[in-house]
Amino acid sequence: MYTFSSRLKTFSLVLIIIGALGIGYGFFTAPKTVDDVKAMMHDAEDSHGATAAEHAEVDDHASKVVHEVTGAIKGEHTTENDHAAASEHGDDAGHYEHVLMQAQNRPWTAIYVPMIFFLLISVCALVYYAIQRAASAGWSPVLFRVMEGVTGYIGIGSLIVLAFLVASAMHGNHMFAWMYASADPTAANFDFAMETKDWWLNIPGFLIRAVIYVSIWIGFRHFILKNSRLQDESGDLKYFKRSFNLSVVFLVVFLVSELFMAFDWLMSIDHHWFSQLYSFYVFASMFVSAITVIALVTIYLRSRGFLPQVNDSHIHDLAKYMFAFSIFWTYLWYAQFMLQWYANIPEEATYFYPRLLGEYQPLFIGMLIMNFVFPILVLMNSDYKRIPWFVVLAGLIILTGHYLDVFVMVAPGTVGSHWHFGIPEIGALLFFAGLFIFVVFNSLTKAPLLPKENPFIKESKVFHY
Amino acid sequence: MSSKVIHALYDDDDVLLNAVKEVRAAHHHIDEVYTPFPVHGLDKAMGIPPTRLAIMAFIFGVMGLAFSIWFLNNIMIVDWPQNIGGKPSFSFLENMPAFVPVMFEMTVFFSAHLMVITFYMRSKIWPFQTADNPDPRTTDDKFLMEVAVDGNEDAIIALLEKTGAEEISVKEKH
Repeated sequence: MYTFSSRLKTFSLVLIIIGALGIGYGFFTAPKTVDDVKAMMHDAEDSHGATAAEHAEVDDHASKVVHEVTGAIKGEHTTENDHAAASEHGDDAGHYEHVLMQAQNRPWTAIYVPMIFFLLISVCALVYYAIQRAASAGWSPVLFRVMEGVTGYIGIGSLIVLAFLVASAMHGNHMFAWMYASADPTAANFDFAMETKDWWLNIPGFLIRAVIYVSIWIGFRHFILKNSRLQDESGDLKYFKRSFNLSVVFLVVFLVSELFMAFDWLMSIDHHWFSQLYSFYVFASMFVSAITVIALVTIYLRSRGFLPQVNDSHIHDLAKYMFAFSIFWTYLWYAQFMLQWYANIPEEATYFYPRLLGEYQPLFIGMLIMNFVFPILVLMNSDYKRIPWFVVLAGLIILTGHYLDVFVMVAPGTVGSHWHFGIPEIGALLFFAGLFIFVVFNSLTKAPLLPKENPFIKESKVFHY
Repeated sequence: MSSKVIHALYDDDDVLLNAVKEVRAAHHHIDEVYTPFPVHGLDKAMGIPPTRLAIMAFIFGVMGLAFSIWFLNNIMIVDWPQNIGGKPSFSFLENMPAFVPVMFEMTVFFSAHLMVITFYMRSKIWPFQTADNPDPRTTDDKFLMEVAVDGNEDAIIALLEKTGAEEISVKEKH
């Protein structure tokens, strides 16, 4: 039986407190009015002098290019319509209002990215677990409790996401521009994309679907775990078979829910843009992160002596999965990117403009290096995959890379070109990391770390590569 | 030093694997084992060091990647500059994403083909090479272990009989 060490508990609570302070600071310092924005931009120009002005010019240029490329599209954001109309009359009030919304989005974005990141890690850990169950895997039963523990965050993580989405739906923030757009051609906030999309992208439907997604995940986690515990108590193979059936059904239902979840929660942030591959790309990103987290938790628990049955071959296998799915992620990312970038259709290529050539370039290229080049070089050698500290190092880089990946998915559509990586972002990341550690390690204490009645447990214990 | 070898014939891979372990435990030198199919774990049991082919695969892959970069830069940027995807930048770095499929394929191509050729060279399988298999039955259903003799012929034969060899013969090493 695992006991949550008081040092780790203190550590996670400290992370939560520091993170909460950082989040609070983000909301406190966000500009409240257009005047704040003007003052902020004025200060920036004063302190940076010529370079800032030059920078602003480049920004303007970039946004103009985007406007030209999007052509008939009436802007990314409803206020951008005003902006486009206003600038023709030589009035830039609309521009300031737009900048204000983006600046106000910053603390929300800072929360949104790690919130989604850790929830999907937890959900994908359940998927990984279900795959082991559905495949009747013989190597992994000694790791089952670790996987079950990592899924522990699904409940609270889902509730936080739901609360956030309700806040968005009540116009508490401007994260989803389509919530401010209208399909009515005569309305001031008319958006051509909404004419064809508002049957799906509407606020009631959005919230109902969100509830459906999280109830699927929470429900299946509940039943799969309950079965696993019952099997351990009774030793009855009936529960093993039922776990198999549940896992198979979950995998199918999950893939459908994930498909639409990624459309709703991530792709609709840039609601003029679309990509059929997107959901699988999000899944690949989160799946490799989930396997990495499972590997890190396993290595941590083993180093504390709680998992004596786990040998180097188990770590080796997890590292192989990390390696394989890093490449799988790259494949999907590239398939999406290359087709859209070189097909050169305006409403598709504009999505990549700020990311590849605009302000997000360092993050975009950086996360590619962290998620592909680094894993492929570090984890290629068979022997390195058996060295725990090496796997930890690679895992931390992969996790950072995929956090940046989610950041680059979200931020260009919400905070626009003026992204920063400061106290609000780090605070939110620490907050959710702390919460994740706290909840996951708490749920690890709920059951013995070795499932004793699994028919494959012997095979798993003697597993040797 | 004597150039004699002992050939022991087995008809089961598990028996063979145990025999290999016993012969090695008795500190006799196994020259070679001939089998009709790959026997899992035999290389470890014989104490053969791990293959270095994987390292060569990586090096060949890097060679292919380097070649493809030179190749694409030459044909698409330098020799006949092209407008790729409506983005005429004429810079290798900016057009690089469009070349990734070719770079990938060339990496795989170089790695795979050169690895096969390396394997053939290393295994001494080249054109007009005749088989150096001592007993044709090992291409069908028998396993043959070749043990070097170093003045202890009788001891080895006794040991091999104990391990379940079907047929034992002493041959001059050609």
